[in-house]
Parts: sequence; C-alpha cells; structure tokens
Amino acid sequence: MSLALEPSVGPATTKQVTRERIAGNVQRYGAAIVLGLLLVVGSFAFPTFPTLSNFTNIATQSSFLLIVAVGMTFVILTGGIDLSVGSVYALGGILAAYGSTWGIAGAVLLPLLVCGVVGILQGLLIAYGGMAPFIVTLAGLLGIRGLVFALTNEGANTPLIKDAAVTALGQGGILGLRWPVVIAVVVVVIGSVLLARGRGSQTVLAVGGSESAAVLMGLPVARVKFSVYVVSGLCAGLAGALNAAYSSSGVPTVGVGLELSAIAAVVIGGTLLTGGRGNLIGTTAGVLLLTVIQNLINQVGSLTSSVQAVVSGIFLAVVVIIQTVLSRTQRL
Amino acid sequence: MTEQLSTAAPAPVLEARGVGKTFTGVTALQGVDFTLRAGESLALMGENGAGKSTLIKVLTGVYQPDEGELFLHGEPASFAKPVDAQHAGISTIYQEVNLVPLMTVAQNIFLGREPRNRFGLIDFRKMQEDARALLATYDIHVDVRRPLRSLALGMQQMVALARAVSIDARVVIMDEPTSSLEAREVETLFRVIGMLRSQGIAIVYVSHRMDEIFTICETVTVLRDGKVVHNGRLADLSRVELVALMLGRSVEKVKRGGVTAFGEVKEGEGEPVLTARDMSRKHQISGIGLDIRPGEVVGLGGLLGSGRSETLKAMAGVMQLDEGSLTVDGKRVRSGSVAAAIKAGVVMLPEDRKAEGIIPNLSIRDNIVLAALPRLSRAGFTSRAKQDAIVDVFMKRLRIKAASPNQVVSELSGGNQQKVMIARWLAMNPKVLLLDEPTRGIDVGAKAEVQALINELADEGLAIVLVSSELEEVVEGSARVVVLRDGSVERELRGSEVTEHHLMAALVGENHSPAEESPAEIKERL
Repeated sequence: MSLALEPSVGPATTKQVTRERIAGNVQRYGAAIVLGLLLVVGSFAFPTFPTLSNFTNIATQSSFLLIVAVGMTFVILTGGIDLSVGSVYALGGILAAYGSTWGIAGAVLLPLLVCGVVGILQGLLIAYGGMAPFIVTLAGLLGIRGLVFALTNEGANTPLIKDAAVTALGQGGILGLRWPVVIAVVVVVIGSVLLARGRGSQTVLAVGGSESAAVLMGLPVARVKFSVYVVSGLCAGLAGALNAAYSSSGVPTVGVGLELSAIAAVVIGGTLLTGGRGNLIGTTAGVLLLTVIQNLINQVGSLTSSVQAVVSGIFLAVVVIIQTVLSRTQRL
Repeated sequence: MTEQLSTAAPAPVLEARGVGKTFTGVTALQGVDFTLRAGESLALMGENGAGKSTLIKVLTGVYQPDEGELFLHGEPASFAKPVDAQHAGISTIYQEVNLVPLMTVAQNIFLGREPRNRFGLIDFRKMQEDARALLATYDIHVDVRRPLRSLALGMQQMVALARAVSIDARVVIMDEPTSSLEAREVETLFRVIGMLRSQGIAIVYVSHRMDEIFTICETVTVLRDGKVVHNGRLADLSRVELVALMLGRSVEKVKRGGVTAFGEVKEGEGEPVLTARDMSRKHQISGIGLDIRPGEVVGLGGLLGSGRSETLKAMAGVMQLDEGSLTVDGKRVRSGSVAAAIKAGVVMLPEDRKAEGIIPNLSIRDNIVLAALPRLSRAGFTSRAKQDAIVDVFMKRLRIKAASPNQVVSELSGGNQQKVMIARWLAMNPKVLLLDEPTRGIDVGAKAEVQALINELADEGLAIVLVSSELEEVVEGSARVVVLRDGSVERELRGSEVTEHHLMAALVGENHSPAEESPAEIKERL
C-alpha cells in the first residue's frame, strides 16, 4: 500500500506566494479598484457627474443600503443568509414614523427594539433550532412584510413624521454630510474593528470557513450564529428608521428586493457567499458601485432603470466568475 | 522509537472502567476497561465495527457512556460536550484535518483563545510570535501568516497537532492521522509524537497500518465486537497474533487461511446450470464459453479490459450479444434482456454499488424487495406481510446489522449495504449469482463476512461467478478460475493450479512468465 493516498499540495514557491498575494488583494480590493475607475470615467464622460451635490446624493442614497449590507456581511461570513432585511427595513421605517410621536428617542429605539426581536427570533430558530437560514429568513421576508401592511391598513396609510428633530436626523448633517451617511460610516468603522480585531469575529470566520471544525474546536458556534442575525435585524431596522426620517414618512412598500441588493453588494465586495472570508471595506465599495452604476445610467438619461438592473446583474455575474477563478489560483 | 518510559509505570492519566454504550438496540461497547498512562503510546486496534470509534467518542465527550465511568488522573470525570474533554486535557486529531482552511496558521492555532491587548482587541503580532514559537518547539518552520489551505496536508496535520497540544493536552487521541500523509510527512509526525511522549503526554493511536503501529506504539488494546479482548505490550505480540486477536480466529487459521475468509472450496457436480457458448460482441468479447454447475464458485480472472465485466453483463442480459447463446437449465435465454435473465434465474450484483445498485434514501426493506416486487404483487397490490417475511429471513441469514428493517440504507456501513444488495437478488430465488467486485470498498471485517457468505451460498447449491481485482480473493474463493485475456478465454485453472502464481502467468498470457513482470506490477494493472 502506498502511503500517499491523495496528492498533497507541496510547499509553495516564492512565485506561487506572490501570485497568491496578488489574487488575494484583487479579491479584497477589486470592487474599490473598479469603483475608482468608474468614478474617473464617469467624471470625463458626464460634466454633471463630478459635482458636490451629485456625490452627496450618491453618499446619501448608499448610506441606507450600506447599513443593511454591514449586517448582511456578518451573516454571509458565517455561511448564512438573511432574506428578511428588506421587510425588516420597511418595518423599521413604519415604527420610526409611529415612534416619532415620542420624539427622537421613540423614532430610533422603537424600530431597534422590534427589529432586534425579529433578529432574535430568526437567530434562535437558525442557531439553536438548527433550521436552514434560507427558509427561516424567507418566512421573515413574507411575514414581516405582511405585518407592515397590517400596521398600515393594508398599506393605505403612510404614517408621516412631524417631529422636526426626527426629520433633522434624516435630512440634517455635519460638514456637508447627512446624518445617515455619518451613521453609516460609524457603523462600518465599528464593524471593521470588530471584524478585524474582535475575538467573536474569529469565530464568525471559523464558522463560515468550516463549521464542523469550529464545533470540534469547542468554539461557541451557536451563540455566534445567533448573534449575526440579531446584528442584521438591528442594522436593517436602523437603516429603515433613518430612511423614514430622511423621507419624513414610513412607506410600507419600501425595501422590496433590498435583500438582494444587499447580498449583491456584499458579494461584489469580495465576501465569499459560502462564508469564511470578507471585509466591510469591500462591502462599502460594493454598495457604492451599485449606486454609482445607477447614477451613471441616470446621467445618460435615455436609459431606463431596467438597463441599470441588467448592468448590475452582468456585473455581479462577472464578479462571481472572477472570485471563483481567484480562489482557484489561491488554492493551487 | 526508544522506550524511555517502559520500566516505571506512571499513574494512569485516563481510565475507563466498565464502559458500555448501546445505540437503538445495537451494543457498540460492553464492559470496556481501558488504561492510559503518562507518556504511553497505546495502539487501539480492532476491525471496523469493533467499537474503536465509539470508544474514542466516549473518551472525547462526543458520546456519553450508558454504563461505566471515566477517570481522569484518578478522579471520576464526565464530559458532556467535546469542549469539556478538551478543557480536561484530552485533544483529538482526526483523519481529516479539522481546521479552517481559509484562516491563517496562527489564527487556527489560537482560535477561541486569541491573545488580546488592553483594549480587548486581538493582538495579532503576539499571536503570530506565539504560533511561530510553538511550532519551532517541534522543529516546524512555516510562515504562520499563510492561509492553512496553502500548506501541504502533512503540515496542516502538524498545525492541528500543535493546536491540540498547546491547549495543555495530557492525552492526544489520533484517529488514522496518517491516512492522507506522504511517507516523509509520516516521519515528521512520528518525530513529533516522540517529543510529546517525552513531555509525558499520552498518545492513543488508531491506524490500520501495522507498520506504523509497531513503530510508534508501546502498548495495545484490542477491541472486538465492543469488548476488550486483549491488553498488553505490543512487543509481546507478533503481527499474525495481533490480526488473529482482531479477527477472533486462531493464529493457525490466520496463517493458513491467508487474508480472506473463504473456507474450503469444491468444484460443482452434475449438469451445468448455466451454459454459455461462443458469446461474442464486437470489440469487447469473442467466443467466450462457460459452464457453471450448481454449488460451485467460478472465478473469472483477467486484467482491466480483458472482458471480465462484459462477460458478466452479457450473462445478466445487460449487454446484447452479437453472436452466441446462453442456456439456463437447458432453456435458451434471450440475449440483451435483464428481465429474461432474471426470469431464468440469473442475477448480477453490479460493480459500482452506489451508482448501479443501492437506493440510498430507501429503507432496507424497500431496497431488498425492490426487484422482487413484481413477483410479490397481485393486481398491482403488494402484500406487506410477504415482504416482511422475506426481509426478515434475509436480514437474519445475511447477518445484516441494522436497528430495524426501516433504517435508511445510506446509514449502513459499506459491508452491510453490500449484504442488502445480495439479499435483494437472493429474494429472487436465483440459480446463478454473478458477483462483480463484491468486496470493493468495504472494510476488512465486512469483507470477510461477505466472503464467508459467498461460500455458504455455494454450499447451498447456488452457482456463483466471481469477478475480483484482488487476486487472493479469486484464488481462495474459487474452485476453478477461467482466465480471460483480450476478450477471449485464455486458460482455465483447476484444482492445484488455482494459485496466485498460475493466475498471474495466465493473466499476462502464457508466453510471458510472471518472472518478467513482478507481481506488484501486475497488481497495478488490475
């Protein structure tokens, strides 16, 4: 019997290591590089593109999706998925509008509380009940949207926000940046630090990388899986509340399909859909990319929003292909 | 390996007393006593199904014993979860490396206990330094910032070992750690094991490789059918004695019987039940003739591409013949129809059990009665009582080990799956059983059972044709061997000619003598 039953990977040469490193960096910063290129090309192509007001616009539009995508990144890093975020986003908006009668505290805390509970319920079912994230959060997507309609008289009511402090939270700002943008940046920074240097995040990566190994190493797998769905629920609720503040109303139909944009942004940002690797800088670049593509297509003027969807779709497909190729390069 | 610790007997680190474990009626462990001392390297031996993995799982907190007690450093201990065992100093190295491939070497070593700075954030620099220092203790030098998956498998196994030991392990259990390692990687592993032992760490080593066991282990515990049958120093045992203990057969029998479990074989008597004449199909077989008598096992020898599987397929009606005839009990059987072959009493156990035979998600009962359903049905309705009766008979007779006939087949071991397949065909009351590689991919113990079963079936009067790429299986299992070469019958070996030597000579053609081609080379071509 020969001892080598499987061909094992030999020690890497310097050349291989270099190639691995390049591949790793392309995967990590690919979205940012493409974003930079698009900004440059767009600036030359359309004089109305590189203006302060347009960039402020892009930043504000991106901020809501970005907050949702941060939560989604943590979920996807564990190898899971959260399809409920679009509905939870709408719920957050409605609750912020209703809560605004108690001022800014009510407009922020009520959605965070309820959306956090949604995250807790989904997390319990997935982490401790051993149920599939896809199904649990699909139920969330359907059920929460139903709840939103139930709260708004079948969607006929659009609760308005009259409290000035609350609308200022959406529309006011500092240093030319709107508060939602500032808050999104803060969320990304906190998330990045936790992801890079927090102990729990190591378990997040381990669970996504190899759940069975994580279990055998005695890591708190269930607790971590539970936590990411709570974080995702909180992020979606916060984003929804900020969006309501920005538009001065809780719109029951907002956020339909938002979960798919969030997943797309996370994957474009270089996070593996199977989990175990990814970062929030990539997710940020991914969100901005989606918004900038939309903005550029609007600049053309003659193109419709369906073209934007086609372009985003092609972009996503290309990213997935590149990711697959890159991860093969790194394996060899 | 030198025996540093053979004279003094240090206190036991880990002990099991009277441990028993039962799964839904099947006893996996019974009254197992087990002692492990500091610095000892103990081989845990036994056939598949002997209870090795159950014992390991009990020791590492994956299972809780139904009876008996564990003692750690002389104190009673119980582990509710694998983490508890790890905290108590019992680490496990699995056959497949159980680390996270995408994370770096350092991250993997310190997962769950990362060094932190005063802000509570992970201190990666310290982590990397510690990882480097830890690996250097075992003379392993690797860039700890590289993702684990970029390392060779042997190196990954070392990282797993370093991790295991760095969690203050006093006992390291290794379950087939070398199964995917290269020879030089195994050497490194053994060197590290030696270092661990000199630190007083006890090793439990599980492997099927006798060479490794005798190189690395000092003592041995042999399990059979869930019970400890031997405990002692390995140096006091010969390999044959060890195998005899594992199999539960006498040393003489192991020596005489070689590697297979076939008993005495005899040629069949009387009229042939199956007669094949001049079977031909373009580019595959030409002019093959065979006579199979009741009660005999006829081996069909041949290298890959010699036409042995095609011959079986032709007889089973899977392959249409261009020319030639097949007669069963004097009646001509239409070629190219499986239904006709089955009706005549010829059935085949296909080579690839998973792809062509077993239906994994159906129960044992359903798998067994599947082919017999048409026979058991009347007007489209099947009698459940008849089904149960058949299933019951065959599960007992073939000694299929399962919790119940309703158990899903994919949960069974390879050997038991194969028995279910055999039962399916026996339920058809066949006259001729064609076996294509009946023991491929099943473990040694189950192999022996399947071989013994083939014997029994022949004794009961069934005519059997056996194809196997294991020469000893063909030689020891068959009364005579028909050797095929390039699609035709090269030679028939009978009586005293049925030896590996003659078979090899025939396989390569009479013009070649086996001396020109070493047996190893011929085996490779099989």
